[in-house]
Amino acid sequence: MLRSRIVPCLLLHKGGLVKTQLFKEPKYVGDPLNAVKIFNEKAVDELMFVDIDATSEGYSPRMALLRNLAVESRMPLCYGGGVTSAEQASKIIATGFEKVSVSAAALDRPTLIKEMAEEIGAQSVVVTIDVKANKLFPGYTIYSHNGRRTRREPLLEFCQRATSLGAGEIVINSIDRDGQMNGYDLSLARQVRDAIETPLTILGGAGSTFHMQALIDAVGIVGAAAGSMFVFKGPYRAVLINYSRPDGAGGQSRA
Amino acid sequence: MIAIVDYGSGNVAAIADILKRLKVPHAITRDHAELRRADRYILPGVGAFDRTMRTLEESGLVAVLNEQVIGLRKKILGICVGMQILGDASDEGSLPGLGWIPGRIKRIDEASIAAPPRLPHMGWNSVRTRVPTPLFKGVDLDQGFYFLHSYYFDAADADCVLATVEYGGEIPCSVGSDNIFGMQFHPEKSHANGVAIFRNFAEI
Repeated sequence: MLRSRIVPCLLLHKGGLVKTQLFKEPKYVGDPLNAVKIFNEKAVDELMFVDIDATSEGYSPRMALLRNLAVESRMPLCYGGGVTSAEQASKIIATGFEKVSVSAAALDRPTLIKEMAEEIGAQSVVVTIDVKANKLFPGYTIYSHNGRRTRREPLLEFCQRATSLGAGEIVINSIDRDGQMNGYDLSLARQVRDAIETPLTILGGAGSTFHMQALIDAVGIVGAAAGSMFVFKGPYRAVLINYSRPDGAGGQSRA
Repeated sequence: MIAIVDYGSGNVAAIADILKRLKVPHAITRDHAELRRADRYILPGVGAFDRTMRTLEESGLVAVLNEQVIGLRKKILGICVGMQILGDASDEGSLPGLGWIPGRIKRIDEASIAAPPRLPHMGWNSVRTRVPTPLFKGVDLDQGFYFLHSYYFDAADADCVLATVEYGGEIPCSVGSDNIFGMQFHPEKSHANGVAIFRNFAEI
C-alpha cells in the first residue's frame, strides 16, 4: 500500500546547506552533493531542496548545481526557490528533478500554477506555503520572502485555489515551529487536510519519529518533512546527517 | 550497448549514472546511426503524453524505433510517460501512441480512492507481479517503487500486465509483450529496487 513520505528538507544558502530556527540564524550543516550521497545510502523516500536566498535576492535557480544533485540522486527530488515562470520549471525538470515548488511567485500571480501544470504536468507542481499562527485571533497568516512579507490571502482558500489551478502537492511550512523540534502543528495539518484532496506535506516542528507518527495518526497518508531532525544529533545540535522513519525501517537496503 | 533515448527527458543522466555503476555499456543519444547500433533501448518520458509523442515524432525517432523494436525485435524499456506511449492512446491527450502494447492510458478514478490524498498518486507503494518475470528478479515487492502519476495503462490483454499496484483498486504499473517492457514508476529514483530493474533489463 501507499506509504507516508518521510522527507528531509534541505536549505541552500550561499552554495552550502544550512538550517534555520524560526526562519533566522542559518547554521552551516554541510555540502549539498555530499548530503545527497549520504541520503542515497540511507534510502530516503524523497528530498526537498529550498534555496532560501533566491526569492529574497532575486536570482534564478542555479541549474548547474541542480543538475549535479539530480545525477547523483537515487531518490526523487523537489526544488523550490526563485521560480517565477513555467519555462524555468521546465528547465528544472530537464535537470532531472521530479517536482518544482513555487511560493512567493504563486501568491503574486496564481495563474503561474496553471501554466506550470500545463508545461510539466500537475504531478510535478508543488505549492509551498509559509504560515504563522495568528496571535490575537484564530487562524493562520501566509508569509513570503523568508517570513519577512505578510500576505493577505486566506490560507485554506489559497490552498484550494492552488489545487484547482493544478498544484499536485501542497507543502505547509510552519514558521513558528521552524527548528523547534517540539512537534508539528497538528491543528494546522488537519485544517489543510480537510480543505484539499491532493497530496499534502507538512514541514516545521518535527524532532523525532514520534512527532511524525502523530502527524500520520492525525491526517492519514502524508508527507512528513523535517530539517533539523535529519541534520542534527543530540541536545547540542551537533551536525550529523541522519535518517529514521516512524515505521522503524531505516529505508531500503543500500543501492 | 543500451541506448538511453535522448529527446529532452531530465532523467537520462540519472539512468546513465546507474548503468555506469553497473558497468553496463550505454549511451545517451538521439543519433539515428548510434541508435541503430544499440541492442537495447530505454525510453524515458518528457512531460505529458502528447508532448512526449510529438517530441519523439519530430526528432524522427518513431521511425527508427519502429524499425529496431518492431522490425528487429530489439528490447525496449519505457519509463513513466515513456511507458504510456507504448499504448494506443491516452485520456490525457489526443495523439495516437506507438500502439506496441494494446491498451489505453486512463485517468485513475479519484472516487475509488477512499480518502485524501487522492491524485496524483505520489510516493512509495508496494507492487505485485502478475506473472514471473526476470525483470523483477531481486526486487523487494513490499518496498516497491516511487510513483508520481495520475494516469495508468489499462492493458487490453491481461497477459500484458507484468505487475500491479494497489491505488483505488489494482491497477497495472508494469506492462510487457515479447521484447517490449514498460513501467509507470520511476526505477531511476527507487534506490536498490530500481537498480535491480536496470540490471535485469541489461541481462534479459
